Amino acid sequence: MRPVVQVRDLHFQYEDGTVALAGVDFDLDPGETVALLGANGSGKTTFVLHLNGLLEGRGTVEVCGLPVKKETLTQIRQKIGIVFQDPDDQLFMPSVLEDVAFGALNLGLSPEQATARARTALAQVGMVDSYEKAPYHLSAGQKKRVAIAGVLAMQPDVLVLDEPTTFLDPPGQRALTALLRSLPQSKLVVTHDVEFARSLATRAVFFDKGRIIGNGPADRIIEQFNWDQKHATQVSGR
Amino acid sequence: MQHVVLERWSRGSSFLHRRDARAKILALLVFLTVVAVSSRAFQPLALVFLAMLLAAAISAHLPVMGVLRRAAVVLPFSLTFAGISWLSGDPRRAALLVEKSYLSALAALLLVATTPLPQLLRGLDWLGVPGFLLMVAQFLYRYLFVITEQAHRMRLAGLCRGGFKRGGRGFRAAAGALGVLFARSYERAESIHRAMVSRGFQGHFRLLSTPRFRLADAAFLCLAAGLPVAALLSVRIWS
Repeated sequence: MRPVVQVRDLHFQYEDGTVALAGVDFDLDPGETVALLGANGSGKTTFVLHLNGLLEGRGTVEVCGLPVKKETLTQIRQKIGIVFQDPDDQLFMPSVLEDVAFGALNLGLSPEQATARARTALAQVGMVDSYEKAPYHLSAGQKKRVAIAGVLAMQPDVLVLDEPTTFLDPPGQRALTALLRSLPQSKLVVTHDVEFARSLATRAVFFDKGRIIGNGPADRIIEQFNWDQKHATQVSGR
Repeated sequence: MQHVVLERWSRGSSFLHRRDARAKILALLVFLTVVAVSSRAFQPLALVFLAMLLAAAISAHLPVMGVLRRAAVVLPFSLTFAGISWLSGDPRRAALLVEKSYLSALAALLLVATTPLPQLLRGLDWLGVPGFLLMVAQFLYRYLFVITEQAHRMRLAGLCRGGFKRGGRGFRAAAGALGVLFARSYERAESIHRAMVSRGFQGHFRLLSTPRFRLADAAFLCLAAGLPVAALLSVRIWS
């Protein structure tokens, strides 16, 4: 089966000289949910920003068989949807419905088609009663749901979520896990939340200094790199 | 916050709220023009205009005192210039300046308080206001909340560490906080742009719908624009 995301030997250096990615190879198979783990500054977010061409490094990135380059960006951005860490960055239209329809309209759909897609996406995330609400009147959990709906309205094949549990309380986190489980897309989740990764991901990769140094079942990777708070406490307490 | 109140007011369902934004904007433009060109016997005319605006506020179920108070935000500016006119020996001009600016602010406030921002921006777009300006207005309105909350959090953090004292050190701390706020706003702008580009944004906004201009909107426009003009002409004929 051909991977929906295929990355080979990806390198990236920021203008200040910081090497953020130093040769990343990665595959995401259809239907898979992969957690990207690693310390702050290890290159996880930089990596996902390459997947839809927001950053351009050295190496190759393919999404659904399409190489990520200037000529294919419009198609790529329809195929891979990124939900950013802070939903306030993503929700800028005056009403929820308009915000969710924003991406669909940018794909060239008619207002009627975009509205239909936005309504379907809002129903998927359980926000049907919020069409006319202003995004800043929503709770953190609701904002996150609307942000996800905004990406779902573009009907992507791959969902990328950057720290999706930030700002959410435990019930909000559980609701988000249930929602993400119900979505059929392949998913890539950047997270520090070990429990969230365990409950959602079929596989995990571990980033360190711009490289993937661990790849396998989420439980094994979490244990291998002492990424579990409980485990770390036991180790330090010995 | 001021714009939270206006946002709440603008989501009403009165006759005035339901009118097309274009009709309300055109009526406001006519009103402002009439106020600007009238100078002879302005006092009785000002009372008529005030009565009209108050009637509009009441019909829109807006709190009259709240509307009057918020329109007074323009007074510090107009009183400054009125004071200069007064000192230069022209008290009539000073009075006109205050009255006209207050009435104009009241009328503009009524438009904003009865028209949700998206509709208002669409109406302005239809009138040919540059799209870039409208986009800036929309973003400013949206992110005022976020930046204000950020400033509030920074202020609390500052207070927890001894606060922003008066004098040179306090000024330095406040200036530093302001600098950080600007830097964070810049970062925020970059993040927003990334999120927009990720959803296919290519430089201009596409809208979901264009509202229809109905017969009731045309009737409202004729009435709202006709009344001040009629009042102006009546005063001119009578005087």
